[in-house]
Formats: sequence, C-alpha cells, structure tokens
Amino acid sequence: MSGHSTYEPKTGFERWLDTRLPIIRLANDTIVSFPTPKNLNYWWTFGGILSMMLGLQIVTGIILAMHYVPHVDHAFRSVERITRDVNYGWLIRSLHANGASMFFVAVYIHIFRNLYYGSYKAPREVLWILGCVIYLLMMATAFMGYVLPWGQMSFHGAVVITNLFGAIPVVGPAITTWLWGGFAVDNATLNRFFSLHYLLPFMIAGVVGLHIWALHVPGNNNPTGVNVKSAEDTVPFHPYYTVKDGFAISVFLLMFAIFVFYMPDALGHSDNYIQANPLVTPTHIVPEWYFLPFYAILRALPDKLAGVLAMFGAIATLFVLPWLDTSKVRSMRYRPTARLYFFILVLACIVLGICGAKLPDDPVIPGVTSFTLIDSDLNSFVWLSRIAALYYFAYFWVITPLLGLFETPLPVPESISAPVLSHPATTPAGAVASPEKKG
Amino acid sequence: MLRKGLALAALGLAFLAGPALASTPQEEPKDVHWSFQGPFGKADQAQLQRGYKVYREVCAACHAMDLLYFRNLGQKGGPFYDAKYPNPNESPIVKALATDIQVKDIDQDTGDVISRDATPADKFPAPFANEAAARASNGGALPPDLSVISKARHGGPAYIYSILTGFVPPPKGLTVPPNQYYNPYMPGDVSSFWSGDHDKVPKGGFLAMQPPLAPGKVTFDDGTPSTVDQQAKDVAAFLAWAAEPKMLERKQFGLGAMIYLLIFSGLLYVSYRKIWKNVAH
Repeated sequence: MSGHSTYEPKTGFERWLDTRLPIIRLANDTIVSFPTPKNLNYWWTFGGILSMMLGLQIVTGIILAMHYVPHVDHAFRSVERITRDVNYGWLIRSLHANGASMFFVAVYIHIFRNLYYGSYKAPREVLWILGCVIYLLMMATAFMGYVLPWGQMSFHGAVVITNLFGAIPVVGPAITTWLWGGFAVDNATLNRFFSLHYLLPFMIAGVVGLHIWALHVPGNNNPTGVNVKSAEDTVPFHPYYTVKDGFAISVFLLMFAIFVFYMPDALGHSDNYIQANPLVTPTHIVPEWYFLPFYAILRALPDKLAGVLAMFGAIATLFVLPWLDTSKVRSMRYRPTARLYFFILVLACIVLGICGAKLPDDPVIPGVTSFTLIDSDLNSFVWLSRIAALYYFAYFWVITPLLGLFETPLPVPESISAPVLSHPATTPAGAVASPEKKG
Repeated sequence: MLRKGLALAALGLAFLAGPALASTPQEEPKDVHWSFQGPFGKADQAQLQRGYKVYREVCAACHAMDLLYFRNLGQKGGPFYDAKYPNPNESPIVKALATDIQVKDIDQDTGDVISRDATPADKFPAPFANEAAARASNGGALPPDLSVISKARHGGPAYIYSILTGFVPPPKGLTVPPNQYYNPYMPGDVSSFWSGDHDKVPKGGFLAMQPPLAPGKVTFDDGTPSTVDQQAKDVAAFLAWAAEPKMLERKQFGLGAMIYLLIFSGLLYVSYRKIWKNVAH
C-alpha cells in the first residue's frame, strides 16, 4: 500500500495477474512483508483484535438479520425465537450482543494506547482522525443495534437519545421528527434503525480500509515513539506479528467466551427482557456500559443543550487532539509528568462511567449530606461527574498543550534497537540481522 | 504478560462494578442455591417437573407464557425430556400433558371458534382473551407474561422465589391500598403510604397479586412435601428454565469452546516464543 513493495510474482499466473490487478501484491505488502517495529508490546495487538471483532459482528449480524423481524409487534418475539428455535441461535445472538461490548473493550484499550504512546502525533494525524470516525460510527451502530430487540431499555433509550437532537435551537424538533419518521419512536423508527444498523458496519469496514492504508504510509508507531531508522529496527509482519496478534486474539476470545457461555446477560439490563411499552417508563433508564461516561457528561450540565454540546464536544475534542499536543516526544515512557496526568484521565473516564450508571442526586458517600452547591448536594454523583468531566476537558485543552511546553522529558533513545531491550535474543547478535529468514 | 492480564481483568471489573452498585429501594433477593448455577450446573429435572405443575395449577390461572410451546417441555434440558424421544413431538408424556389443556382453534369446515385438545406443537394458551380482560379480572393490574420473567427481573429466579415467599404483614404505619399486598422484595416506593419516620420508610412495594401459594396447594407426584418454600423454589427453577431453555446446551458447548481456546492459545504462545526466539525486542 505504501509504495515500497518487495513482492515478486513467482508463478506465471501471479505475473499475469500482477500486471492487471496487483491484489496479491497488495495483500503481501499489507500483511506479509510489511516492515513492523520489532518492539511492539501487547497493547499493539488490539488492532488485530478489533479487525477480528468487526468480522465476527458482521458475520453473526448477517445471520441474525435472516431471522429477525423489524416490526414493533414482532421484534421482541423474533429475538427470543432466535435463541429458542433457531439452530445455535442462542450462540449467535450471545456472540453478537456480547461482541458489541467486547468490541468497545478493545476499542477503548486501543484509544488509550494511542494516547499513552502518542500515536496520534505527526505524521499519523489522518490515521488518528480516521480512527475517531470509526469510533463515532461504532457508537451509532451500537446504539441502533441496542434498539432492535425492542425491550424496555431499547425503546426508552431510543427516546432519550433521539430527543437530544431536539435540544438544537430552531431546527431541533424538526430533526427529531425526521429521525423518528413520525411523531414518536415507533415502527418507522425501528425499521430505519434496522436498515442503518445493517449499513453502518460496512461503512466501518470501508473506513477501516482507509485506516490501514493510512497506517501503512508512515508505518506503526512503537512503545519508544522513536521513528524506525533502519531495517534492523523492524521485522516483517508475517510471521512475527501474525503469530503475536494470533495469540492475543485467542486470549481475548477466551475472555469473550466466559461472557458468551457463562454470563451472557451480565452486561445487559434485565429491563430489556420486558417488551417495549411506551406507556411504562423504566424507573432508571441507563445506556449500555460503553456509553456511560458520555451519559454522565450529558447529565453533568443543568441545561439540556449545554449537556448535548458537552457530550458531542467530548468526542469532537479527540478529532483535534493532534494539534493540541505540543510535545515533541511521542511516548509517555519518556514523559513522567504527562504519564501521571494520563493515568488520572483513565481514572476520570472510569469515574464518569460509574457516575453514568447512578442516579445523579444519589450521594457518593452514603448517608453524608454536605451542602447544596448550585442545584445539588456536593456529595452527589452529579457533582462527581462534573469534576471528572472538567478534568476530561482540561486534560485535552489545557494540560496537554501546556505540558509539552513546560515539562522536562527523559532522554529519548537514538533508535528502537538502542535502548536496553527487555527480551534480548537467545542466540548471538548475528542472527538478528536477517530475521525474515526465520519461519 | 501476567501484569497486563491483571490490568485487563481489573478494567473489566471496573466496567462490571458500575451497574452492580446501583442502589435498590427493595430488599435484595434471598440467597438461594440452584442446581443449575455455575459453569457445570444442571437443572434438576424432577424440580422442573414439580415447577411445571405449580405453574399449571396455580400461576397459569392469571399468567400467560406466550413464548412457550408444549413441545418445549420435552426438548433436551426440559422438564420432561426423555432420551428415547429426541423429537419432543413424539413423546407420549408431552402429548399427554398437551391433551390435558384445551386451546382455541378455528373449525376448518364452518369457520367457528372451537376448543380442542392441545398438541405438542401448540403454544401455552393465555388465560385471558386480551389485556383488557386480564386487567378487568385482576383489579386493573396486568399479570405479566412469565416466559422470560426470570431474565427480566434483577436477581432472576432468586427474585421470583423471594417474592413468592416474601409476603409479610405490612409494618405498623403503612397503609396498604385496597386489593394490593405489601412485599419487601417488590420494587416500588411506598413512602406516600407511610405515616412513620421519614428516614425509616419500609423497603419494598405493593403488588396486586395476593400470596398465591399455600401448603399442600399442589400435590407433588414424586412425594416431595408440598411446602410454600418448596413450591416457590420449584416454580422459580421452572421459570428460569423457561426463560432460557438452551442453558444446558450453552454450558456444555462453552466447556468445549473454553478447552479448545485454551489449547489453541497455548499452541500459539509456544509458536510465538519459537518464532521470536532470535529477535531481540
């Protein structure tokens, strides 16, 4: 993909095809000979894991769509029918529903790995933005997918989220009606959500193609953040990273399987096994866990429009991150101060997630009443989410720009091969020079 | 490797902890041991059979199970599964159980609505013709469908068992509305019916179902003493099965999948170490 092809067609057919459609060359350059830094750790295996998850979601989703009925009177029943009467339907449905959660586990790790190792910095800004686009598409897909079983949480979650667009001044109500295809979340809404839920994964797959293309131009970042200097710094993708990613995928599947086979409903909400009833509102509407941090930001602000802007702003911030970061050092391995703030960010996101699952006015420390500040007691989840949300934005808009100017990074190694390697070769150095001869 | 694994596990726990911490205004369900819990747990078939009898003779008077067919009773993992009849439609027990029940049908010659004996292919019939009829017979309340009730309530079968055995006389100071019953395990908010201390509102809520079970109300064919506790436990186990008839298949398949993935991961790890042996990294 990136123009430095090492592919040599060996058979007559390959030579014939190569001059017409160099697809074998493309595959070879992408996943076989692609020079990859040799020091990538396990945090780098989540790209492979995510590709696998996307494939799995599409395959299980297509099978589910063969049995699912997108109609308000039949959707709930058809999902139950899949688990009861379709051969291995229980497995396919469980893989797909839990797969969405696992997909988000992997994408969050992938995103935080990027933040830690500075992978979004030049020359990988476009790569990073494409990743943000994928994440946005994933959120839309997951949201609409959760509506399809037409349980109580599906329905009322859809009502809450689509109503957010109503906060937009002037055109908001018109947009909401347009999204619904009527004047309430109803059959038309379910139908279009099903249609879009089927479409978006293929758009994700398309952007993933661009994402990989954009990755293969500058090549992988690596834990040192130092550019690849010579061939000695890299190994061919296959077999070195196919086997490492393969191992990581297998371990990830093992964890995934625990959910699928032993606690298939642990990540869902029991209310979603009650068929949607517009006349009965659940006492406590919560989104799926992967949206909880954003839900907490939404509720942190007393004004609806402000909350909606903050929530979308939290995602929009990610898009401009490459230009907010002033540090010349990529990896936080050599930025001890930044590292500290990074871990507080991780903590803030987890805290936001917990806040999103709680009632805003519930006390954080049970039984303690402090004093009312603005609209709520200080000892409440709404205030905790305000503090965490403030940190979230401060991290990107204040801390990240300033740190690069004022911090003193540790010395950065000359090259990937230069630092003391954590796993020295077991045979003498001579063998290292031509690793591609192995396997 | 291990350190990172632990970090991942902790991250997973953090995600799980969120919803689990939500406060509930009702009592947490009682702690019950079920034969089907845990990765190797299996439903106790005799218990499922007793549970079906409790449903049929008590619950079915008001509660539908719209997703259940008589054939389900004889399928693998079900209450009346018999290895001799892999096709439950041929099982004489299932046929007999179905015949006990009358279902509505259309006479193909006259078009009249008729009643006939059910067959294994029939759905469990609903006790009321429609929602309005159900409400009219139950003081305005709608008895929920029980097909997936065990998955639709926080606590699952333990919740069902707790509700059925949890009816207690209302504490002093609590005014129970007419045709309602107090139950500390029922979600709800009774504060507007409470005349006592504001900080000591009783946990629980009201429901329109009177205590449905009584000692000896159902005669168990296997001689098990028919206490309220036994009836509640058995019908909860039956409803847990009904909510997920493929649970046994899921766990059996899961064991194989886990063993396969463990071996596969081990092989990949060995390959990884072998391939990377000569690369300093």
